[in-house]
Amino acid sequence: MNHYPLWKNLLIVAVIVIGGLFALPNLFGDDPAVQVSAERNAPVDLELMAKVEDALKTASIEYKRAELTDERLMVRFSDAAKQLAAKEVISNAIKGDYIVALNLAATTPSWLAAIGAEPMNLGLDLRGGVHFLMEVDMDAAIKQALDSYASESRTLLRDEKIRYKKIEVNADTLTVAFRSDEHRDQAEAIMDREYDQLDINVVEGAASPSLALHLTEVALREIRSTALQQNIITLRNRINELGVAEPTVQQQGDNRIVVQLPGVQDTAQAKKILGATATLEFRLVDVEHDVQDALNGRTPANSKLYYHRDGRPFLLDKRVMLTGEHIINAASTLDQNGSAAVSITLDGKGARAFSNVTRDNIGNPMAVVFIESKSETREVNGEMVKVRRLLPEVINVATIRDQLSKKFQITGLDSTREARDLALLLRAGALAAPIEIVEERTVGPSLGQENIDKGFQSVMIGFAFVLVFMVVWYRVFGLVANIALAANLVLIVALLSMLQATLTLPGIAGIVLTVGMAVDANVLIFERIREELRIGNSPQASISAGYGKAFSTIADANVTTLIAAIVLFGFGTGSIKGFAVTLSLGILTSMFTAIMGTRSIVNLIYGQQTRPRLSI
Amino acid sequence: MQIMNKQIEFNFMGKRKIAALFSLILFVTAITSLVVQGLNFGIDFTGGTMIEVAYKESAELDNIRSTLEKSGFGDAIVQNFGSVHEVLIRLPVLEAKNMAELSNEVVSSLQAVHSTPIDVRRVEFVGPQVGEELTEQGGLAMLYALIGILIYVSLRFEYRFAIGSVVALVHDVVLTLGFFSVLQLEFDLTVLAAILAVIGYSLNDTIVVFDRVRETFLRSRKTDPEEIVNRALNDTLSRTLMTSVTTLLVVISLFVFGGEVIHAFSIALLLGIVVGTYSSIYIASNAVLAMGVSKADLMPPEKPEGTEINEDGSQV
Repeated sequence: MNHYPLWKNLLIVAVIVIGGLFALPNLFGDDPAVQVSAERNAPVDLELMAKVEDALKTASIEYKRAELTDERLMVRFSDAAKQLAAKEVISNAIKGDYIVALNLAATTPSWLAAIGAEPMNLGLDLRGGVHFLMEVDMDAAIKQALDSYASESRTLLRDEKIRYKKIEVNADTLTVAFRSDEHRDQAEAIMDREYDQLDINVVEGAASPSLALHLTEVALREIRSTALQQNIITLRNRINELGVAEPTVQQQGDNRIVVQLPGVQDTAQAKKILGATATLEFRLVDVEHDVQDALNGRTPANSKLYYHRDGRPFLLDKRVMLTGEHIINAASTLDQNGSAAVSITLDGKGARAFSNVTRDNIGNPMAVVFIESKSETREVNGEMVKVRRLLPEVINVATIRDQLSKKFQITGLDSTREARDLALLLRAGALAAPIEIVEERTVGPSLGQENIDKGFQSVMIGFAFVLVFMVVWYRVFGLVANIALAANLVLIVALLSMLQATLTLPGIAGIVLTVGMAVDANVLIFERIREELRIGNSPQASISAGYGKAFSTIADANVTTLIAAIVLFGFGTGSIKGFAVTLSLGILTSMFTAIMGTRSIVNLIYGQQTRPRLSI
Repeated sequence: MQIMNKQIEFNFMGKRKIAALFSLILFVTAITSLVVQGLNFGIDFTGGTMIEVAYKESAELDNIRSTLEKSGFGDAIVQNFGSVHEVLIRLPVLEAKNMAELSNEVVSSLQAVHSTPIDVRRVEFVGPQVGEELTEQGGLAMLYALIGILIYVSLRFEYRFAIGSVVALVHDVVLTLGFFSVLQLEFDLTVLAAILAVIGYSLNDTIVVFDRVRETFLRSRKTDPEEIVNRALNDTLSRTLMTSVTTLLVVISLFVFGGEVIHAFSIALLLGIVVGTYSSIYIASNAVLAMGVSKADLMPPEKPEGTEINEDGSQV
């Protein structure tokens, strides 16, 4: 008799039911939606929701509903035209601190969402969007660090009254030449004390006594990782301006950054914004003149009108106290009173300049101005010309309490979050290593939809072919295999949804291939059963032997395929990974459905009969 | 439905010399073509830019070519892609050009001389440094997959089987690559993925055959290796064909309905499955026979500890 214990049957049913539940959200489509999220501290609350809803009602744009989730506001619409119109209306209604982006909102019913069931993510090749791979120029970052050490060394040696002949930076070496051995030895001792980031060596056999300075391994690692982090931060800030619903900015390897912008259609615009550079300036606030006068058009000669991010106007001195390139590091911290602060470290040259200005201005306010420079292509006299546009913005105003030099703090910030954001902007505005786009993959929205349709179609048609073929060939057993195949498809989709994996076109190809190969397990089993029947075994024994003997073959065959899939995953990038993931998941689920699943059904159909006629 | 109801007796191994010769000719042709012409690498590996645009009307390729030439893109390769509306433009890596900006320039120069809006369907730009890395990674991926498989099969079977399966895999890979080289089909990342999938598939097939060969060796009283391999091949033949057919059905569906973007991918799979099926019969088993495997080689050593026996008598 072939009989599965009750728990095994229940386990199979449970897996399929749970799988079905988690696969279910994918059947519900998406609503076109407008997503509003906070760029800075701005609250996303009921008040904002009311404001947005009012604006939509005034503009008489119908919307399905508005909802607040995870610090963002989603407004759903019935079609894309309304969504586009609404985006305009909403951006105009809530200027400033919010990112208004087009998005797709899943229409998962709330009871499914409550158990954590969500649809799969669609890859850029299916929903359209831009993928950039950007490379940070690490050589430039290291050169910058050495350059700043070179200028610092000049100051240091001058202050210590040690005469030197020449200081120069060549690739990864900073060389200092002296007039005498004595000077060199003095300098070596001082520099060794001052610069713990540098390895200092005496150059043997040089024309004049010289020191060669190299960055230590630790310092190099730090510079590289800072350069990368700075660029990631800068990129994130800029992407916020693009209004992208779910951007990805991620480190890849040691010197690369992946930027993915789903749904962005104007790649030219995206490239421009990502390629912009930001700088930073410290300026004294003009306390002698009235801001109000300047607003009315009477700006004093030595001052200029600036605006804070929150819209407040400030009158600032035209002279720059310090620029961002002198900032070595900025970090959020706590001051003596335990309130949020940002600690800033300057390089030698910056520290000297800053120290002089602050000494004379104790008690006066100073402003930090963040300037983004963006290149735009404009038509001038019928020719396309690249124009650089500067967008200055005051990000912080603080009172100078003391003479400041190499290390100082900006205190009096409202929250640690504000401190973190300011530190981030300070670092982003400091001269970061240049980056360039080394890979771009853009898929237009029309092709994305086409890929979904075609992918879906080919899965369905391939699936149908196999179903028909199996029934014709193995009759009742074929039907059983088909049920398992369908369950397998459901389980793959469920797993992808649970893992919140991203489905790409090669991923769909992986599913198609799995469908083809999943049948293999059943073919192996059924052929074995036929063989056993042919040599005259009883039907029950044949079923048992068929499953038993085929098992190790199936396991071997699948493990080897799994090895190939894992290698693919390890070495592949983006879309290839998608293929590897669906293929591996498919292999695992097919083992379950094709062996346990079919056995359970076969047992239920034939298990209780003494001499059944197997329809195989 | 059963076609092969009776015991079938194809003398597969009787023709193994002919098969080996046939394979050898194909193999040499493939290698020659790979050496002489090489592969038509796509931009994934060489670096460059690929732009797919769609016109509302039929695209006039000659006009597009001359427009691009005037704009300084004389190196552009322009061809239809899928339908008369879609055009694929390829550009090599150009010195002294900002490659990232290139696609924008190309599209705006085309749009400037065309009245209806052009739909940019896809842009792929790969910098030369990335391309080089992908080539290296791709080669390594293939190598690691082969090594991993070699180890697994050696552990599960015997070294001769491992070598046999790897010989079959190399055969499949070279033949598929040769096919792409002879016809100068574009070889991109998706084709590489397909070839790795073929490695998986072909191996799957080979393992099933080997499993049977081992079983037959151990069970049968006959000792002539050729006879035993033949028996095993015949026993697994209907399964081999069934699985190939079902897999081919879905791959054909992918080829026909999956769209232009995965055409190369499905061609590689299609070919790989046919070659993989053939090779598990004629190359893998052939190699094992040639290395002189015998019953004694396959007698299981002491049963390893911790081997669990399932309820249904099978072993994991």
